Amino acid sequence: MAADGEGKRIDPISQFEITPMAEWKVGSYDLSFTNSSLMMLIAVGLILLWLFLSTGRRSLVPGRWQSIVELSYEFIGNMIRSTAGSDGLRFFPFVFSLFMFILFANMLGMIPFFFTTTSHIVVTFTLAMMVMCLVIGYGVYRNGWGFLRLFWPSGIPLAIVWFVAILEVISFMSRPISLSVRLWANMLAGHILLKLFAGFAVMMVGAFGLFPGVFGALIPFAMTFALVPLEFLVAFVQAYVFALLTCVYLSDALHPGHH
Amino acid sequence: MIRTYLSLSVTTVSAASAVAAESSGETTFPPFDPGYFSTQIFWLLISFGILYFVLSRGILRRVGQILEERSDHITDDLDKASRMQSQAREAQKHRERALTDARAEAQGVVEATRQSVDAEIKRSIAAADAQAGEQAEIAEMRIRKMRSEALSRIDEIAADVAQAAIEKVAGKSVTVARIKSVLN
Repeated sequence: MAADGEGKRIDPISQFEITPMAEWKVGSYDLSFTNSSLMMLIAVGLILLWLFLSTGRRSLVPGRWQSIVELSYEFIGNMIRSTAGSDGLRFFPFVFSLFMFILFANMLGMIPFFFTTTSHIVVTFTLAMMVMCLVIGYGVYRNGWGFLRLFWPSGIPLAIVWFVAILEVISFMSRPISLSVRLWANMLAGHILLKLFAGFAVMMVGAFGLFPGVFGALIPFAMTFALVPLEFLVAFVQAYVFALLTCVYLSDALHPGHH
Repeated sequence: MIRTYLSLSVTTVSAASAVAAESSGETTFPPFDPGYFSTQIFWLLISFGILYFVLSRGILRRVGQILEERSDHITDDLDKASRMQSQAREAQKHRERALTDARAEAQGVVEATRQSVDAEIKRSIAAADAQAGEQAEIAEMRIRKMRSEALSRIDEIAADVAQAAIEKVAGKSVTVARIKSVLN
């Protein structure tokens, strides 16, 4: 059947495949430079280029580009201030980098034939673990044993506080998982959907020829058309959610007593 | 048409499930392929590290400085504006005071002028009155003199008339002195 060949071509999973561009092994670890590494570096390069060029003139009255930078600066700053308080601003460079990295990685993934780094659970999980390590490390550094108050809510009868503490520990442990899976699943599902519907439209034309096939392609094409802006929105919202939750968790490290 | 559409969708789904089935076998689902975990983590740490380093050391500080400079500038300007406003208010007060002073002075000048003019008018009226009174007195005096002169000549005329009458009537000549003594 011809559909077999077509079915291979619209395989929605192949877009997530990693292809090594330069092999490199250190011991038993494979550290090859891949298409994914390339996209990460492109994202970083674009962020740095953008920030560097648009703040180069340091004008008192900002131009269009500089005011975009200033807006995002204030956006992240306000986000930290409202969730973690003013002393959370010490993490400003980290949260800013995190937000921009995820945002640019997501947005680059929206360009056709570009690899989406955030569609790989390892990447998002590593980002989440960076956040958790920072939270635990800074929380212990700043509060010492007092950091454990995070799991010991005040004002609860002793009979059930143990139960609550166990729940708190479980919820704390599941944070990196929920943080990483949320971003990863959103990106993965969105890209699979896009590929499926777009591939379906192409397949219709391929199977029935241009004339009747166009009518069959109409619905999947409309779906693709509707999904693209939605995916752009998701790309932004997920970066925002990731950064926002990072701020919330960092707030725990700063003030473990009250929540 | 609809049937072929449906059958096509069935084949796609089966193709997708075939891929999924394959993934449990030899080819794994790429996002879960542990063979690439190390390279993904390594390059993520490298690229994120570069980003964090450059942002925290350079660019974000620069943006922060720009914003700070601007807010400093704005507060400076606001300070200057309020200072200038108070200066303007001071100047306005000054001007108003000068205006009222000038008005009062002008009033004083007007009053003084009016008084001096009044005094001059009174003085000239008085002078004219005095002159007129003097002339009237002189005239009166002349009238009085003329009258007394006239009166004194009446006696002589009467004496002359009486002498003439006596001469005509009585044919006697009487001296004027005699007649005068008789008349008086």
